[in-house]
Amino acid sequence: MAWFRRSKENISSDSQKKDTPEGLWTKCESCGEIVHKKVLAQNLWVCAKCNFHFRIGSKEYFSIVLDEGSFKEMDRKMTSKDPLNFVDTKRYKDRIKDTMKKSGLNDAVRCGTGKIKKREVVVACMDFAFVGGSMGSVVGEKISRAIDKAWKTKTPLIIISSSGGARMMEAAYSLMQMAKTSAKLARLSGAGIPYISVMTDPTSGGVTASFAMLGDFHIAEPGALIGFAGPRVIKQTIGKDLPAGFQRAEFVQERGFIDLIVDRKDMKETLSKLLEMIS
Amino acid sequence: MAKVVLDFEKPVIELEQKIEEMRKLSDNLDIADEITTLEKKVGQLRENIFLNLTRWQKVQLARHPERPYTLDYIAMMTTGFIELHGDRTFGDDKSIVGGFAKLDDQAVMVIGHQKGRDTKSNLYRNFGMPQPEGYRKALRLMHLAAKFKKPVITLLDTPGAYPGIEAEERGQAESIARNLREMSCLPVPIIVVVIGEGASGGALGIGVGDRILMLENTWYSVIAPESCSSILWRSWEYKEQAAEALRLTANDLLEQKIIDRIVSEPPGGAHRNPQQAAAVLKDILLEELRPLLKMKTDKLIEQRIEKFSAMGEWNE
Repeated sequence: MAWFRRSKENISSDSQKKDTPEGLWTKCESCGEIVHKKVLAQNLWVCAKCNFHFRIGSKEYFSIVLDEGSFKEMDRKMTSKDPLNFVDTKRYKDRIKDTMKKSGLNDAVRCGTGKIKKREVVVACMDFAFVGGSMGSVVGEKISRAIDKAWKTKTPLIIISSSGGARMMEAAYSLMQMAKTSAKLARLSGAGIPYISVMTDPTSGGVTASFAMLGDFHIAEPGALIGFAGPRVIKQTIGKDLPAGFQRAEFVQERGFIDLIVDRKDMKETLSKLLEMIS
Repeated sequence: MAKVVLDFEKPVIELEQKIEEMRKLSDNLDIADEITTLEKKVGQLRENIFLNLTRWQKVQLARHPERPYTLDYIAMMTTGFIELHGDRTFGDDKSIVGGFAKLDDQAVMVIGHQKGRDTKSNLYRNFGMPQPEGYRKALRLMHLAAKFKKPVITLLDTPGAYPGIEAEERGQAESIARNLREMSCLPVPIIVVVIGEGASGGALGIGVGDRILMLENTWYSVIAPESCSSILWRSWEYKEQAAEALRLTANDLLEQKIIDRIVSEPPGGAHRNPQQAAAVLKDILLEELRPLLKMKTDKLIEQRIEKFSAMGEWNE
């Protein structure tokens, strides 16, 4: 029970959060700026005011780095099988079905071939919108096949990561996708074929601890969270606040694990230059 | 006598204590028949309990503080162990131990997670939770093994890689990823054995090999049941359900074709008779090593990569 009652209407908390109706406008998570979605897309989903890089999906990313119309998707129809009949608060089967419907995607990665400034590449890009970009059997297998494709056709490989880590609902199967993708990369590396790993927000857990950290070149987007354990888990374990900028791309580069931090608008140019240099 | 007794172990251990007491009395009394009957009863009771263990109970057994750890197995299975320290870059992680030893006449490189038995030794071993230098030490030792053409045996027993600020700063993810890649093409045989807890990337970081074995009462999965419960159920209370859902026991993983073989434990679990557990494991390791040692290196590596490539289930 409240001690006294407000006679006038409450001050609405909404008024400060600058909430906007679904539709044309969106808000920058970082600076709060309200941006028109069309303008945002023209700016490659980067806030013009503060350079915050919005999370985007594979469709958007392919449009940014690949030559128009050059993308040919592989293994598009592969879907999750729910091998363990996993149930938590929801059935995994339903979770997958709902997510597929909502996102229009079949799983958390799309792979294929494409061109960067007329140069042929094999490319994979993860979709965070699909169960947190988590890696289960489908992601592991599709990435592995992309690596195989690069290996067999002697084509440079680019993997753009965005993932919370391994997918819990496929338990040990998910864990083994880390070993599987890494084993395939061992073979690729042995054949002298370049692999560029691009890390976007967030790249964490089992994805970082396997293919994302095994590139010949590590490129990150500004401000991307890149790490193994989640910040919440670390904070709980050590019982202390985390330093500012902890696990952000700039922090991780300072520790020696990232070659380049590249703005989205420069990504295609950078990839192209790098590939040209080593070809 | 056991100091730490799990709930479901209680009936068996109480009966055993009773038999022990009767034995002491039996010098004066003739109760040999009664003792034999009781012993039979204990055997049956134990079998009943252990046949029907839930997955969560198996997790508890895998964590039993009296279970043999890596250094115990090394002491019981091998001779002449020479422990090697340090990653040559940063330091010596005490939660991963390793070195050359003889398994009968065969020199091997043994590497494993190491837990402590009490507060002091657990702090020293960081509760078996490695930092990057642990994985890098392990990799250095594996490269040594490859250089001198000795097979590698890894023993997995960790609650996970350490989630700390420094571990992240020194590249926890990179160190695990590198091990996965390097182990998949190491030019000598690798046998992996889960001897306790196989928690996620922290376990897999020394877990890629030609043969993957699990002791009977161990678990291996992408996440510990408690953490899974806290993330998916948003509460720590659903660990039993999480353990069931994750299907994380040796039987489960054999069914999922992720492991090759289950190593049986003595009645009541490895902690009730460590010597016997080690003897069984030693025989199996020697048996598994024989064909691997005869294989050509190229074929060995190709087969290892293919083995992991086949893991997973999907529709297309």
